[in-house]
Amino acid sequence: MTEIQSVQIITLTIDGKPVGASGGETILDVAKQNQVFIPTLCHLEGLIPYGACRLCLVEIKGNNKLVPACITKVAEGMEVITNNERLQRFRRWILELLFTERNHVCSVCVANGFCELQSLAEVLGMDHVRLPYLHPKFVVDATHDRFVSDNNRCILCGRCVRVCSDIEGAHTLDIMGRGIKARIVSDLDDDWGNSPTCTRCSKCVQVCPTGAIKEKGRRSVGEKFKHRDVIAHLAEMREAAREED
Amino acid sequence: MVTLDHLSDIRRKVSEAEEQRNHRIHVCVAAGCIAAGSRKLLRAFQEEITSRGLNDSCLVKGVGCIGPCAGSPAVAIEPEGIVYCSVKPEDVPEIMDSLAKQPVARLQMSRDLPFFTRQKKIVLENSGRIDPEQIDDYIAAKGYHALYKVISTMSPAEVISEVIKSGLRGRGGAGYPTGLKWTTVAKTGQQQKYVVCNADEGDPGAFMDRSVLESDPHRVLEGMAIAGYAVGANKGYIYIRAEYPLAYERLRKAIKQAEEYTFLGQSIMGTTYGFHVELRLGAGAYVCGEETALIASIEGGRGTPRPRPPYPAERGLFGKSTLINNVETYANISSIIRNGGDWFASIGTQNSKGTKVFALAGNVKNVGLIEVPMGETLREIIYEIGGGMEGQNKLKAVQTGGPTGGCIPESELDTPVDYESLASLGSIMGSGGMVVIDDSVSIVDIARYFMEFSVSESCGKCVPCRVGTTQMHELHAKINRGEGTKRDLELLEELCEVVKHTSLCGLGQSAPNPVLSTLRFFRSEYEAQLTDHEVLAAEGVAK
Amino acid sequence: MKKIKLATVWLDGCSGCHMSFLDTDERILGLLEHVEIVYSPLVDIKTFPENVDITLIEGSVSTNEDVVKIKKVRAHTKTLVALGDCAVTGNVPAMRNPFGVEATIDRAYFHLVQHNPLTPSEYLPRLLDKVVPVHDVVKVDFHVPGCPPPADTIYYALTELVRGRMPDIKLMTRFGK
Repeated sequence: MTEIQSVQIITLTIDGKPVGASGGETILDVAKQNQVFIPTLCHLEGLIPYGACRLCLVEIKGNNKLVPACITKVAEGMEVITNNERLQRFRRWILELLFTERNHVCSVCVANGFCELQSLAEVLGMDHVRLPYLHPKFVVDATHDRFVSDNNRCILCGRCVRVCSDIEGAHTLDIMGRGIKARIVSDLDDDWGNSPTCTRCSKCVQVCPTGAIKEKGRRSVGEKFKHRDVIAHLAEMREAAREED
Repeated sequence: MVTLDHLSDIRRKVSEAEEQRNHRIHVCVAAGCIAAGSRKLLRAFQEEITSRGLNDSCLVKGVGCIGPCAGSPAVAIEPEGIVYCSVKPEDVPEIMDSLAKQPVARLQMSRDLPFFTRQKKIVLENSGRIDPEQIDDYIAAKGYHALYKVISTMSPAEVISEVIKSGLRGRGGAGYPTGLKWTTVAKTGQQQKYVVCNADEGDPGAFMDRSVLESDPHRVLEGMAIAGYAVGANKGYIYIRAEYPLAYERLRKAIKQAEEYTFLGQSIMGTTYGFHVELRLGAGAYVCGEETALIASIEGGRGTPRPRPPYPAERGLFGKSTLINNVETYANISSIIRNGGDWFASIGTQNSKGTKVFALAGNVKNVGLIEVPMGETLREIIYEIGGGMEGQNKLKAVQTGGPTGGCIPESELDTPVDYESLASLGSIMGSGGMVVIDDSVSIVDIARYFMEFSVSESCGKCVPCRVGTTQMHELHAKINRGEGTKRDLELLEELCEVVKHTSLCGLGQSAPNPVLSTLRFFRSEYEAQLTDHEVLAAEGVAK
Repeated sequence: MKKIKLATVWLDGCSGCHMSFLDTDERILGLLEHVEIVYSPLVDIKTFPENVDITLIEGSVSTNEDVVKIKKVRAHTKTLVALGDCAVTGNVPAMRNPFGVEATIDRAYFHLVQHNPLTPSEYLPRLLDKVVPVHDVVKVDFHVPGCPPPADTIYYALTELVRGRMPDIKLMTRFGK
């Protein structure tokens, strides 16, 4: 027997425009449906929200704290502001911080032209950084026969970790270390090539927003094509399979 | 069934044993005094008593923190109420000779000093009085009476209403009303709920929670068991940092004893209420004191925070409704139940009730652990209880709230110590660190020290905290080296604003506080280090 | 009407940005009606003149000579434009930073040299410890990222600057490609 679920209907405003939503949707979901652009980096449809990049922070009237649009659920009467001078300034700062952190030399990166970090800098008008480059040095792990992990290009969005554990179910990749020394490792910080858990599914390559995880054989610059929508489909299929059980 | 008679029996037995003795010698066996050799001292007293054949008239026991930590190891002689500081084993015969006569003046710290008289002890009422490893000692000090009262005569709603009435606010730093938190957890209609005690005290220089756990562990267990009864939880976790081996060991023993007495376990005091407590050890990450990171760590995951809401009350440990409070918060509960919420609410200020334990440190005479009513001014705490400045230098600032707190200048010393007043000065109550700084110290250096802490303890999850704190530190260091320009100072201030407003958890959001508060009150010290010489990062490094 | 004095300077870069500038092709001729090129690797003037209106800088600051040069340029220029990723971010030249000068020289003049490996003579400019973008050394008025920035973007930015306006080049160029 199919249960008829009552859907909660919510009205709210986004940047002054009244919009409708159903309960359980996030501000980001509703903004997208209404063609309101909110920048994101760690968010990816199909993955469990993470709330780490802080680019999607928005203001809510009556709340003195900024909230991440990718996680915050809509509520009746909510007045959301997605874009103003202050938010733009904060977002440019966050991008600037990311660009100063590691080696993000776009011109010689496999992801050049396909990189979300690079695109966001363009869209948000972040045209130079004012702070010194930190450039911690990480060892590139090229021991895997198909993939390379280069933490020097990593922005620690955690997409690869989440897709590996939540969608593929392998949990080969995870984050190790603290602060700016944090990095992606495979298994217990072993060579990726020796990993007994990696299924070689390449989902991590698909979800990586930058050139940190790449497929071997693409030797030159700007060759890292992605099919990210595949992740949302996989997530849906898993959901469907679970419901059938 | 445990009845009040059982508890009274134990009380009588303990007090009889004590009254039989003319003198009771209390030797502090909290970590600080142990490090200063108090175990040897305890043995020396025992041997001396035995060799003098005074076992029937003298009792010696290890107790929790007596307070004057600068004078470790500390000894108290009861019932006379004499306190001796920095006692060595070779002083033992002299002290034994002095019993019932004039105290040994050269070792004595007068009990009439404001350090003792101005304090008000609730959380620390048993510290320095009972043997933390003897449950009977705790019971003799009315321990587990509150739990008995709650289980036998009160409904969960009544317990919560008493806590609400008390006005108690979270002692971990943020000051969230405890009663409100309990209500929220009690009202979630979930079957399985958890009570968690945050004992991951990580602020440098803070040892309030450690001292409570080492001196009076049962007090915290009792508070948790009462909380479990009030909110409907049957399981509790204490998340304690591994750097506190003694506190861990005493808690472990305390849990075992409490289970034997049925104060914890399947059927508490023979009733249908069951509550188990387990210990979890932290692995040294400061961020694990943040509640969502702490929960992730107990679950066995990487200790990083996650955005709230959902709050732990709604979805916490293992996805279940979870009540999470700090050690000191739980340590207040039994007193509130025994004496009533109104009694507690009569202490302190309008919005901050009760007392607060502080670890007083820095350039002050009486370094140590103190407990004062909320609303005492900083001046009273430093100059009366603290005994004033150590050395010839003048007071410059007081740092409160640990690495994410702020520096309060001498001009604001008449500020009462409560949550709101400290926040209005750009600092925080925090967990209770209080460092007195004299004018020989560069305030910019102080800010740098705390910032370095935030940099190395950032978990690395969110961008503003991970990269922002590092860049703040770089800019700050540049200014401190005399290479910074006006532009760098502006950048630093703007970056502080970004980190404060965009970081994921409380650690990141308050990480700029040391810089912001020192800039607010000591801006001239920063400006004096600026150079007009524009930029030239490259010039400095040209070979 | 008095012509706008334009200079272009080549620091540590691959000359790609200058090439991209030349890729504006015949539009340059139109530009020259309003602009006089007073200093550039493309023309034969050896010293940087005074009172320059607009200077385009290609390349990062990598040597002590670059520092001297860029300070002189700044002192005599009204509007200084960092052109391309090397000038804006340090880009490829700055990739030696994590390794240090010694390792870089070792690599370039010994490891990769088959005949007559030799340290560069003392008469050559000395490398800075760290390669830095232009705005780390002098004030930059306008940044044009890109490796290289597209000819259209350079042309648009230049014509706007010549007219005395601050160009808005958002969505016209990006770091890298």
